[in-house]
Amino acid sequence: MIAELGHFALVLAFAVALWQTVVPLVGAHRGHAAAMESARPAALAQFGLVGIAFAALTVAFVTSDFSVRLVYENSHTLKPMIYKISGVWGNHEGSMLLWVLILALFGAAAASFDHNMPPTLRARALAVQGAIGATFLAFILFTSNPFLRMESPPFDGRDLNPLLQDPGLALHPPFLYLGYVGLSMTFSFAVAALIEGRVDAAWARWVRPWTLAAWVFLTIGIALGSWWAYYELGWGGFWFWDPVENASFMPWLLAAALLHSAIVVEKREVLKSWTILLAILAFAFSLIGTFIVRSGVLTSVHSFASDPTRGVFILVILGVFVGGALTLFAARAGAMTARGVFSTVSRESALLLNNVLLAVAAFVVFIGTIWPLLAETWGRTLSVGPPFFEQAFTPFMVVLALALPIGAILPWKRGQIGRAVRVMMPAATFAGAVMVLVFAVSTGRSGLAVIGAGLGSWLIAGAVVELWFRANKGGVARLMRLPRADWGKAVAHGGLGVTFIGIALLTAWQTEDIRVAQVGQTFPVGRYEITLEAVDEVPGPNYISTTATMRVTQGGREVGTLRPEKRVYPVQAMPTTEAAMHNGIFRDVYLVIGDAQAGGGWAVRSYIKPFVNWIWAGAALMALGGLLSLSDRRIRVAAGAARAPATRRPKPVAAE
Amino acid sequence: MRGLLRRALLVLALIAAGPVLAVQPDEILADPALEARAREISRVLRCPICQGETIDDSNAGISRDLRLYVRERLVEGDSNAEVIDAVTARYGEFVLFEPRATGSNLILYLAAPAMGLAGLGLAFAYIRSRRRMPEAEPAPPLSKEEQARLDRIMAGD
Repeated sequence: MIAELGHFALVLAFAVALWQTVVPLVGAHRGHAAAMESARPAALAQFGLVGIAFAALTVAFVTSDFSVRLVYENSHTLKPMIYKISGVWGNHEGSMLLWVLILALFGAAAASFDHNMPPTLRARALAVQGAIGATFLAFILFTSNPFLRMESPPFDGRDLNPLLQDPGLALHPPFLYLGYVGLSMTFSFAVAALIEGRVDAAWARWVRPWTLAAWVFLTIGIALGSWWAYYELGWGGFWFWDPVENASFMPWLLAAALLHSAIVVEKREVLKSWTILLAILAFAFSLIGTFIVRSGVLTSVHSFASDPTRGVFILVILGVFVGGALTLFAARAGAMTARGVFSTVSRESALLLNNVLLAVAAFVVFIGTIWPLLAETWGRTLSVGPPFFEQAFTPFMVVLALALPIGAILPWKRGQIGRAVRVMMPAATFAGAVMVLVFAVSTGRSGLAVIGAGLGSWLIAGAVVELWFRANKGGVARLMRLPRADWGKAVAHGGLGVTFIGIALLTAWQTEDIRVAQVGQTFPVGRYEITLEAVDEVPGPNYISTTATMRVTQGGREVGTLRPEKRVYPVQAMPTTEAAMHNGIFRDVYLVIGDAQAGGGWAVRSYIKPFVNWIWAGAALMALGGLLSLSDRRIRVAAGAARAPATRRPKPVAAE
Repeated sequence: MRGLLRRALLVLALIAAGPVLAVQPDEILADPALEARAREISRVLRCPICQGETIDDSNAGISRDLRLYVRERLVEGDSNAEVIDAVTARYGEFVLFEPRATGSNLILYLAAPAMGLAGLGLAFAYIRSRRRMPEAEPAPPLSKEEQARLDRIMAGD
């Protein structure tokens, strides 16, 4: 009954989305206020209805209703509750439903904020959002219905892929989708602006919070996925340049570019058509990402739900929306006149350089990702993997990092390189000192460590110097009064530096030890001694575990006792490794237990991973920087803080 | 011949042992320099039957065979390139994670620098055009409705 209710709500949501697409668009064209206004209740209703459908599916999973085929295929009564819930989106149909739910959420949010937006712009943006919603609802209803019943319900389910039974992976898809789909809002605004034939500073100010939010969510989603790979896949890799990882990385790069170009449109009214194009491309790459994951055309560890027919449907959606938007762009881009004038050395030029580097880096990742597919058309079966991406992608990031602190303090319109370099001298000195230090402690060949740590500390120190420069020697009090956008910028740029340091030092300095250890044996790894104390069979809720107890000491001093596991999930007959880690700021000790050996003893892998947590700490800082910017008063005012008197701050504020 | 026999025995042992996990302790060569080279090679070779894993990371039996084969060839004195060529000759270009920069693949390798230069060139041309351009005429005045909306907003409504 509840499943049918969900199905029905989904059909209604489809109808509402069709209304939301057609009526406001016609209304905006004819100047009919009520028709335009109907976009808002429609967006809210669509969100409510998809929410009901999602809740119905969740109920089916939580109550283990195996008469629903999807629940039977992806759940099991013994599965812990959190994975029953995350199992809702741990499969194709459910994850598409989550996609549409988030799409509707963004539409509803745009409908409730932004009361100061011109009514035609809002009506058109919501109509485009409605069109995307209607298409994906049709996709779900016609090719991937999650509510299908089984004629004779089985006694128990087939369980969720054990690799997906993990807290990190429970949260990874929702965040990634919030990011992907958040870019749909920017896309809708871009298309609406093209229909209107007008892009101005106000438009950029409305678009920026959506881009910023999408970018923050993508950052968190990608970091969660990378962190999951690190602790779950059993050898501590954090990024594999896998097609599906690339699929999330390309929109991230383009969203980062868009974020910066929207600032230029807002402040200086130049780069308008480029910004519109970026907004279209960023969402196009989100759709490509969805296509890559859902179709499985590019073999990848992620394709747990691949199906070519669904891929074709998404490809058609991609063609219609992106093709349509680009056609509109070609027709209307000429109408976007730039206003500001600037010289070669200026913030505008610096942000343009940022955009070129980020966008080209995204295209490089794209070409590498689809190259195997292209090559197959002329009969060459090949692979493109990490060695290619590292050498093709890294140079762009090196130039970006070198230029960033200088560009960040250049003034608008006209600046002087010499002056900017003088301001940044303390940062350059600090980075130089770090490079000398890293060179001194590195043994042998370690150019990577020296360069990566140097660039990272240049970025961090650059962010600090910039804050101090903006406070204009006004001391801490002045520093605290800086706009949150300034803090957000510094924190995000510093976070990028932290990630640089983490990646470089981990890659250059990690140590690995693979050996057969007898129970009771102690062996040295790096500066640590590790003792295999015991190996036991331990039953889990829906798996059987082989748990090792290993003591880690450093020079006789206790560091900790770690319990790496090897699990077998009988329902899916699949083994997983659960590495055990002792986390630290400067290193992780990472232990993995392998198989019992014929001659006695166990295969044991031990890794010392220096600075590995800096990778995700940097990502967290980038996300935090985005959130700080998002909470800046200028954006809050623009994004509709003036909604109702109740939401106003009690203190009187200057009219703006 | 002895090598072949040993490999056959290993394959048998593998089938009996079931799935194994990446590089096993018994595979490691005694000579650390050779072992380091073996790891270097196995990090650029793709497991022929897995989804995007190197033979270094892969759990599949065939990856273990390949790891052992790589080590055997190194012990016999082959260079890294010779070993990689030998594996490629048997399994095709598919196992190379770093595609060969020959034929159509040149496009792949030249794409990054070409796009980078093109992007910078376009950006520079744009900047030059902005620099020369006179300041655009002021924005068109607000329409009556826009003025009314602005007044409402300024009044804090």
